[in-house]
Amino acid sequence: MNLFIEYSMVGIASGGMYALMALGFVLVFKGTGVFNFAQGELMMLGAYIFLSVNQLAGLHWSIALLATVLFALLTGVLIERTVLRALAGQPLLSIVMATVGLGLVLKGAAGLIWGQEQRTLPELVPRKPIFIGDILIPGAVFWSFVISMAVIAACLLYFRFTRGGVTMRAAASSQVNAYAVGINVPVISALTWGLAAAAGGFAGVLLAAINNLTPHLGDLALSVLAVLIVGGLDSLAGVIVGGLIIGWLQSMTGAYLGGQYREIMPFIVVLAVLLVRPHGLFGRKEIERI
Amino acid sequence: MGWACLEIDAAMSLLEIRDVSLAFGGVKALTGVSLAVEEGTVTSVIGPNGAGKTSLYNVISGFYRPQSGAVAFAGADITLVKANRRAALGMARTFQNIALFRGLTVLDNIKLGAHHYLKSGVLPAAWYIGSAAREEAQLRGKIERDIVDLLHLADFRDAPVSALSYGLQKRVELARALAMRPKLLMLDEPVAGMNREEKEDMARYILDVREEWGVTVLLIEHDMGMVMDLSDQIHVLNFGQKLSSGTPDQVRADPAVIEAYLGEG
Ligand SMILES: Nc1ncnc2c1ncn2[C@@H]1O[C@H](COP(=O)(O)OP(=O)(O)OP(=O)(O)O)[C@@H](O)[C@H]1O
Ligand SMILES: [Mg+2]
Repeated sequence: MNLFIEYSMVGIASGGMYALMALGFVLVFKGTGVFNFAQGELMMLGAYIFLSVNQLAGLHWSIALLATVLFALLTGVLIERTVLRALAGQPLLSIVMATVGLGLVLKGAAGLIWGQEQRTLPELVPRKPIFIGDILIPGAVFWSFVISMAVIAACLLYFRFTRGGVTMRAAASSQVNAYAVGINVPVISALTWGLAAAAGGFAGVLLAAINNLTPHLGDLALSVLAVLIVGGLDSLAGVIVGGLIIGWLQSMTGAYLGGQYREIMPFIVVLAVLLVRPHGLFGRKEIERI
Repeated sequence: MGWACLEIDAAMSLLEIRDVSLAFGGVKALTGVSLAVEEGTVTSVIGPNGAGKTSLYNVISGFYRPQSGAVAFAGADITLVKANRRAALGMARTFQNIALFRGLTVLDNIKLGAHHYLKSGVLPAAWYIGSAAREEAQLRGKIERDIVDLLHLADFRDAPVSALSYGLQKRVELARALAMRPKLLMLDEPVAGMNREEKEDMARYILDVREEWGVTVLLIEHDMGMVMDLSDQIHVLNFGQKLSSGTPDQVRADPAVIEAYLGEG
């Protein structure tokens, strides 16, 4: 029983990181209806930017983190202004394929610039284990959980209470309506992509600080697909729930069925979810008519 | 387009549609439609289903660009002005199918109507600092006093709009349009699907708004009783063309109108 609780806690805590990784996908999908397959590469890119500013330029990690988030924000805006603008009005599938291509380009470029070898980021999160009662949670898992939840909570508050956030939600809810009340929808879309990329860059730094950094860091983001489908692609609260469920599930699977099943278990659950709620990955609401 | 402005005479109308044509592929939604809306009036656009009424609204509010013709508002040619810029010029509209921001509360929906005249941009407002917060508080107070109370929405202000009845949702849409402080309020079938009592309420709100705010109202409505009661001026569309214009009495007596309405069987 104690083992069960311990694995549960560790699993749930590691789910926090999943939730943070899923956040960027949800922001873009909710805001612009696009599933951004390059989100993982934006994470990877963020981690490399952090590495460059922190280690190569020798600046304090806090400055490096700030620079990373700003850089990611601008990258997101730039992607929206160029790739997305150019494809406006094209079928959704073309746009999604363009994000796949973009991801590949970013991955290739990172390999050219920073090389394929593994890099190590400084220890941003304390490794010292945390004890809750007599249950041990690894420090990295615990702190990444806390940080992830804080970031997602900040996002939730932002969308709930600030005018910028409400404006973004409005534009996401109905573009026609948004135009009608005078919202500059293209600018809001660009900001949404910027915000999602910033969340991705931040997640990338955290992820690379816990694991290692190679140009393939972004591949991990696809493991978040399960989180997105369980939690719902357009729900911030769903991201938390989905992340924690998948984290718990993986931990349980690893503990009771063996490590080799850890990676497939989430997708078995996803299949089950899709069978019950078939409007899965690209299931969109009705088309607007004015 | 300087010459276009000169064409408008001194005692100008608030809104002028000049020879507008709009087609979707082979479907001619509007053909050579010209009409004017005088300041301070309630002006209605009527016509059978598919006559092009909503298309006309979409041209006026900038969602569709007409293939030919011009739209002038408050003396300026706005044919090429983007849809989101027209709010600041003083246009507000409601939609035939309820178009609220689902997932947002009643008050958030209404407040979004004020988006275009809040001075603090979205970015400072994003961080909710200083003057942005003060402006927000003032706006909230003003909207509560002037609009929420006028339309009797106080009890629902914090409810998500999707939880409201159909009639109430229509009222929230009107409230949001009012929060835009428009010169021209364009309503697309504001009482469609309402019961008698709700219809009477809505008609009263429309008259109140004109009385208290001096707003010019443009109305699309199939409820002939309401149209005849409220309108100063009526324009009739049929198959994308203007069939008739005049006061309610003139339009009612126009043989072409009678035929269009009775003839369609
Ligand atoms: N986006 C569009 N694409 C193609 N055709 C359209 C579009 N919008 C309107 N139409 C067509 O234009 C014509 C006029 O439609 P419109 O919606 O303006 O009519 P309406 O007078 O508002 O009718 P109703 O009283 O039923 O609302 C119709 O034949 C309609 O099918
Ligand atoms: Mg219509």
